[in-house]
Amino acid sequence: MKLLWFHLMPYTELPDDFREKNPSVWVDIDSSLFDPRRAHHMYNDFMDELEFASQCGFDGVCVNEHHSNGYGLMPSPNLIASTLARRTRDTAICVMGNSLALYNPPTRVAEEFAMLDCISGGRLIAGFPVGSPMDTCYAFGQNPSLLRPRYHEAHDLILRAWTTPEPFAFNGRFNQQRYVNIWPRPIQDPHPPIWIPGGGSVETWQWCAKMDYVYSYLSYFGYKAGRRTVHGFWQEMDRLGKDRNPYRAGFLQFVGVAETGRQAKELYREAAEYFYGRCLHVDSRFAMPPGYTTEATIRARVESQVVKAASKAVGRYDVAITFEEILEKGYVIVGTPDEVAERLRELALDLNVGQLMMLLQYGNMPKDLVAYNTKLFAEEVMPQVSGLFDDEWENRWWPNPMPTQQRAVPQALPESLAQPLPEARLQ
Amino acid sequence: MSRGGAGAAGVSTRTVEVNGQPCRVWEKGAGEPVGFLAGIGGLAGWTPFLDRLAERRRVVVPSVPGFPGAQGHDVLDSQLDWILATQDLLEAAGLAGADLIGVSVGAALAADVGACARGMVRRLVLVGPLGVYDEGEPIADVWAQRPGDLPAMVCEEPERFRAAVAAPEGEDPVEAEVLLLRAHEAAARLLWPLSDTGLAKRLPRIRGPVLLVWGEADRVVPFGYARRFATLLGGEARVERVPGAGHLAELDAPDEVARRVLAFLDQ
Repeated sequence: MKLLWFHLMPYTELPDDFREKNPSVWVDIDSSLFDPRRAHHMYNDFMDELEFASQCGFDGVCVNEHHSNGYGLMPSPNLIASTLARRTRDTAICVMGNSLALYNPPTRVAEEFAMLDCISGGRLIAGFPVGSPMDTCYAFGQNPSLLRPRYHEAHDLILRAWTTPEPFAFNGRFNQQRYVNIWPRPIQDPHPPIWIPGGGSVETWQWCAKMDYVYSYLSYFGYKAGRRTVHGFWQEMDRLGKDRNPYRAGFLQFVGVAETGRQAKELYREAAEYFYGRCLHVDSRFAMPPGYTTEATIRARVESQVVKAASKAVGRYDVAITFEEILEKGYVIVGTPDEVAERLRELALDLNVGQLMMLLQYGNMPKDLVAYNTKLFAEEVMPQVSGLFDDEWENRWWPNPMPTQQRAVPQALPESLAQPLPEARLQ
Repeated sequence: MSRGGAGAAGVSTRTVEVNGQPCRVWEKGAGEPVGFLAGIGGLAGWTPFLDRLAERRRVVVPSVPGFPGAQGHDVLDSQLDWILATQDLLEAAGLAGADLIGVSVGAALAADVGACARGMVRRLVLVGPLGVYDEGEPIADVWAQRPGDLPAMVCEEPERFRAAVAAPEGEDPVEAEVLLLRAHEAAARLLWPLSDTGLAKRLPRIRGPVLLVWGEADRVVPFGYARRFATLLGGEARVERVPGAGHLAELDAPDEVARRVLAFLDQ
């Protein structure tokens, strides 16, 4: 099993009365709550944390894209990923991902992901989300009725840009380019593995099966709430005649680990309540732009994750915001290393997911606690679960980097290089 | 031509094609034809306003692509696609050169057809038209509403909107819900995100007489837009405000709006 360390980069200083005084953490969040000088420290802390996770031995580090969002400070995850490409060595870099329809032309994604793949020596996982309604339709003004056709066209353009050796003209419904000919091109051949973060849309499942991509269900509500969706995914795979290779599926889980169960409950209470109480306080008026959800999905009565989150935020679905409820509903798994390992094993086997994304930083969790959680997890939980599935299934969706010894070692130029050039070079 | 289906006596239903996709056309009454393009949500059934008109006119109600009874909004990508589809629809419904009433979304399209194909429309009535956006006086965001809030935003009496879009008796309510969401999607496809279709640039091309009708309680398009339209239009424009009516004024005040519309059309 692969264990990836995921950072949402939440703003950690939303006020205590945020929920009472603000309609939404997303789209129309009050900009006076954002202090750029504090954000300077938050960004640097978050990047330290991602680098630390890599040092601790996580298989991958994950970043994602949000706009006008108080719990996601990465409008451009590629910026963070580029620093990780330099500051980590053997860890996969999972950009989860770029919302394709927001890039004009989408060739930009082909270029930037190729850059990241080159800089990292072939360690990139390319995430292609449609993007949430809040990010795409409201914050970025995309037409919800055109979002999916644009997304699919962007996908086709990017794939062709990565795999066509000569310049070509692209005559799409939304994008026309006379010369598509990206420089640089990705190291991974034919291209980096593609993962699709999705909600519960049947079409997305079918598309992942057809394209042989990883389907990743990024649930904030944990294992119990995610079961129905992930089981639905596997039923669809069965129906389509696909194997049950667990590496086809990804899942996100919040975890807090400590020496004793009592400590764990004390240590992670505040961060969890901050995340579910403040960070998921999303106004439901930004949840359902008409056309975003396909008619087939509406008919199937499968609601997307974000719709649920937003509806819950106004109390319609009763999102848990007290720690006791958060634990009871399984949003966050807390406990001793053995307890957490046991529950993750149960989760992985029941959901049949091989790409597990761990949220070990959430809400306003202080840096030392992030380090503690990360290190304890890596040392005592990871060894108990990392071997799952490995003897039985091949992970065909993992990066295939250049051999370590062939890769550059990032460093500032040594002083010894800054000498006068020999006469012969100056002739 | 089949009878019924619109939930009112004497309404006939037929289907015409636009871009190869079926679009429903309702018809009732006799005399000079007048076309009607519905507003946000479209119509699931015949309405009292249409009945008032049908007492004096042959009322023809084509459903634009994506609105209840019509498909094909998903091939319309640009403003030109929408204008041509609406023009094709009006022609197929036998409304070329006839009087035309448009409400809200339908008014944005009616005005554009009037501007781009001048012979298509005789006298034009725009009720709470969308299509123009002014930063100083923003149009409300009808697509960012909490569940259940829309009816009170578009009608002074929310029940009237619910009735207009509800499944007619004996029809599947889940399907009616899907049809309503599709109508919202079609409108969003045309107007997202600000309801600005660039119509302001084309309004001067409309040279015939235009009646602008505003519900006094329109919470979507502020009344200030009436003056903008009147100023931009190339011909004679008359503005009438209707008390007790919201954005979809003809649902809130069917008799009053019909009376004023007929008086204008009869001139």
